[in-house]
Amino acid sequence: MKPPAKPHPVELLFEIGCEEIPAGMLPKAEEELRVNLEKLLAAEDLSKDVAVETFSAPRRLTAWVHGLPVKQADVELEVTGPPKSVAYDSVGAPTRAALSFAEKQHVHVNSLYLVQTAKGEYLAARQVKVGRTTEQILTAVLPRAVHDLTWPRSMTWTGLDGPRFIRPIRWIVAVLDGKLLKVAVAGISAGDSTRGHRFLGSSAIRVRNFLDYEKKLHSNGVIIRPVRRQEKIGKELEAFAKKGSYRVHEDADLRRLVAYLNEYPTVIQGDFDPAFLNLPDEILVTVMRDHQKYFAVEKKNGELAAQFLAVINADKDGKGIIRAGHERVLRARFADARFFWESDQKCRLADYLPKLERVTYESRLGSYRDKVERIRDIARWLTEQWFNLGIHQAHVAEADRAAELAKCDLATEMVREFPELQGIVGGLYARAQGEPNEVADAVYDHYRPVGLDDPIPRNLTGCAVAFADKLDSVVGCLAVGIVPTGSSDPYALRRASLGIVKIILEKKLPVSLSQAIGAAGKALFAHKPKRAITSDQESKIVDFILDRARFVFREKEQFAYDEVSAVFRSGADDLVDAQKRLVALRAIRKSRNFEPLAVSFKRIRKILEKAGISPGADGRVNPEMFETSVERELHSAAQTAASKVHSLKRGGKYQEALEVVAGLRPVVDRFFDGVMVMAEKEDVRKNRLALLAQLLGEFTTIADFSEIGGEERLS
Amino acid sequence: MRVKVKLEARTPGLTFQDLILQLSQFWVKQGCVLQQPYDVEVGAGTMHPETFLRVLGPQPYRVGFVQPSRRPADGRYGENPNRLYKHTQFQVILKPSPVDVQDIYLKSLGAIGIDLKKHDIRFEEDNWESPTLGAWGIGWQVLLDGLEITQFTYFQQSGGIDLDPIAVELTYGLERICAFLQNVESVYALRWSADKTYGYIRLMEEQQLSEYSFDRSDAAAIRAEFELHEKQAKELLDGFKTAEGKSRMRYPLLAAYDHCLKCSHLFNLMDARGVISTTERAALMARVRTLACRTAASYLQQLGAEAAAGVRA
Repeated sequence: MKPPAKPHPVELLFEIGCEEIPAGMLPKAEEELRVNLEKLLAAEDLSKDVAVETFSAPRRLTAWVHGLPVKQADVELEVTGPPKSVAYDSVGAPTRAALSFAEKQHVHVNSLYLVQTAKGEYLAARQVKVGRTTEQILTAVLPRAVHDLTWPRSMTWTGLDGPRFIRPIRWIVAVLDGKLLKVAVAGISAGDSTRGHRFLGSSAIRVRNFLDYEKKLHSNGVIIRPVRRQEKIGKELEAFAKKGSYRVHEDADLRRLVAYLNEYPTVIQGDFDPAFLNLPDEILVTVMRDHQKYFAVEKKNGELAAQFLAVINADKDGKGIIRAGHERVLRARFADARFFWESDQKCRLADYLPKLERVTYESRLGSYRDKVERIRDIARWLTEQWFNLGIHQAHVAEADRAAELAKCDLATEMVREFPELQGIVGGLYARAQGEPNEVADAVYDHYRPVGLDDPIPRNLTGCAVAFADKLDSVVGCLAVGIVPTGSSDPYALRRASLGIVKIILEKKLPVSLSQAIGAAGKALFAHKPKRAITSDQESKIVDFILDRARFVFREKEQFAYDEVSAVFRSGADDLVDAQKRLVALRAIRKSRNFEPLAVSFKRIRKILEKAGISPGADGRVNPEMFETSVERELHSAAQTAASKVHSLKRGGKYQEALEVVAGLRPVVDRFFDGVMVMAEKEDVRKNRLALLAQLLGEFTTIADFSEIGGEERLS
Repeated sequence: MRVKVKLEARTPGLTFQDLILQLSQFWVKQGCVLQQPYDVEVGAGTMHPETFLRVLGPQPYRVGFVQPSRRPADGRYGENPNRLYKHTQFQVILKPSPVDVQDIYLKSLGAIGIDLKKHDIRFEEDNWESPTLGAWGIGWQVLLDGLEITQFTYFQQSGGIDLDPIAVELTYGLERICAFLQNVESVYALRWSADKTYGYIRLMEEQQLSEYSFDRSDAAAIRAEFELHEKQAKELLDGFKTAEGKSRMRYPLLAAYDHCLKCSHLFNLMDARGVISTTERAALMARVRTLACRTAASYLQQLGAEAAAGVRA
């Protein structure tokens, strides 16, 4: 028999037409729409061979679903009825129960059959559930897929009972297999007509399928694929750069943003008065990028050129009208910036310090003026420590000066206007006013690093101020009960901790976290509003910072989960030391003896836990009590190894030390093969346990092997 | 040094007063009531009762008006070409929001001489919020060749009350638009009428009021005034709770609102004088917000009473 002809797959074109959706939200919305559709189709058994692609532009979110079957497959089901004993009488004739079951199932009584179940034999009927058409399913699925999109803040444009979305939905296109799909989304009936660019296209364009849609939109001023828009922008930016023989000030985020901000992006070039180049580059670039979304351009020598590249939502600017408008706006913005630059510097940066009294950091932690005093204390403590440990670049006086000036720019007009330039503005003013470069750079950099990949401050003085500022934030906030939860971390304490960890590791700074927290706690108590922290809070703060350290070791340095656990279990108060131990552990891990020894250590830990003995406990080992040679052998091998490990550790030779520990494997193995730890005689048993406790205590100070292996746990 | 730019050959744009006339005419044709500026100092057109109160409740309403808006901290002694102690807004409220509201708005730009096809017009995300009014909305700033010319907002809440139906608020920044149309760099060079400039008419006011609010205002006296106005607003709002029948319908909630607006302006004066800390700032704003929210809630109750009595049906 010939199988039925496979039905021709069909495609769906679906467009949500909106008033301008915020550009920054489009990439996620596009992705979410795809995921929602895939999930909802899968739930209807419609996902096989189906491809969902989604696209977006400011006024639309579009889905192209191809490879759809015309309908769901039919499904055969078995429905069970009454048990055999009830369904048939003594002569095997169907009873009323059987007849009524058949009637209910709309089948002939003769087609009923018996099935064996756990509870016995039951009557059953075969049913075919006819698959619904894709059209029917989509009518239900599409409104769901739109409804389930999540937005940071939705709105209503009609009233309280009206639909909610990120911006008003004004039209819907739904075309299945060339035909209009009858569906309503957000109270709007779908049609087969889309709208082009506001000014370059028609407002009623009939479309039949996705490719038709894409083509017609293009001739109506909309490039529907974001990648194509980004390509167009990239090509035109390069063309201008080449023509002027300069290069575009690179900014990947801006490229992406402008691609989502325009339906038909076109790059134009504009000029500004070269006199503005007297202003620092940072300010010029910020004005261009953050406020006007322009690309700055650089000459070959890296200096800024008196030009900019703007991306407009139009196909051309033949007469230069748009260009003149953008130039005019930029001129006014630069004039403002120059005004602030000059008026802010009518007094010196340090003169802003008293004004910080009026800038609150956190109501329970006082003003920024109070915070500055705390930062100074901590920065001084850090640099003194480092200097005493022989780090010559640790300059106490410079760090103190930088800490004093670090927050002053918060009271300036420039930072009020351009908050994203905090720190940078202070650094620029400090330099312009003759502070030493070291101090100016430290002020400039002290908010860094702002993420895992952001560089740390360029000099040690900046690192000290950044460290002190961040530590004060973490200690202060946790002390008054501000604890980050889930996605809520308004004082960016996780980021601050991450910054502390990065600075310590990248500069290889010797510092005890617990002592540093102690110093910060002292500063917190020494200055207004004089908050105290408890020792319980101190240890919670250590854990909070160590949690970020684990993250850095795993994500940035690619250490395995169990390696980090093993090393941290042996202590991580000194992160640089912990890092050295991690490197050693990773190196030794591949050696033959290592993993089996880790298994033995795990076994030892379990035995001790069961016996209620903590590792390294003070139980004396009495060699007289040993009954077997393997005990004696382990004891003496451990003693020899211990003295070797001690001296290697003192010399910082962690890998060699770990190799010595790993070398214990054969004697440990022989011990377990040869003796029963839990001997019947109590004193023998206690002695053996003491031996193991000593072993574990002695040899887990670099890394606790018993943490190695086993399942990966997710943090 | 001036940079040479190729400029569009165009007739000198609308004068400031013609800009107001054209916008007024356009919106009157759209069915708007043409209202007058409010006569109590406000920081924005949103504070005009024609916006703040009219957006509450179910009755449809369309209105347009000019609103000079005082922002003491933005004063620059008349020395900055773009920043003003008092700037001028043209505000439009459309309630409920029409489905083609963006198109109507764009047509209004055509009415003041902007050829949309020759420019780069963009709606960029900008959600508006007034913490002192307990009001916020979702929308955009409209950019014309990179210049912010209008705040376009779907109002969601006013006085802490969820709006139903939703009104659209359009706020045109008249000085900016006019400077663009006339292609001048400084607001003071704008032609207000055929023979008078904006500077001729307003510069002295900018100089004196900046001098007053930054250097000469009596902070203690202003603080005391704030307390007085707050007290009166509170007393009036408290009294409404027990007002009944006819006296409830004519109860002077609008006077309570005027006192609330006074508080808002006095707060701005203290802020410009630099006498409030950040913490106090939040607390003072919350006090004004409380008055605004209480006024809004009472006003809705009063509207309900009026509707029940068939006054406005």
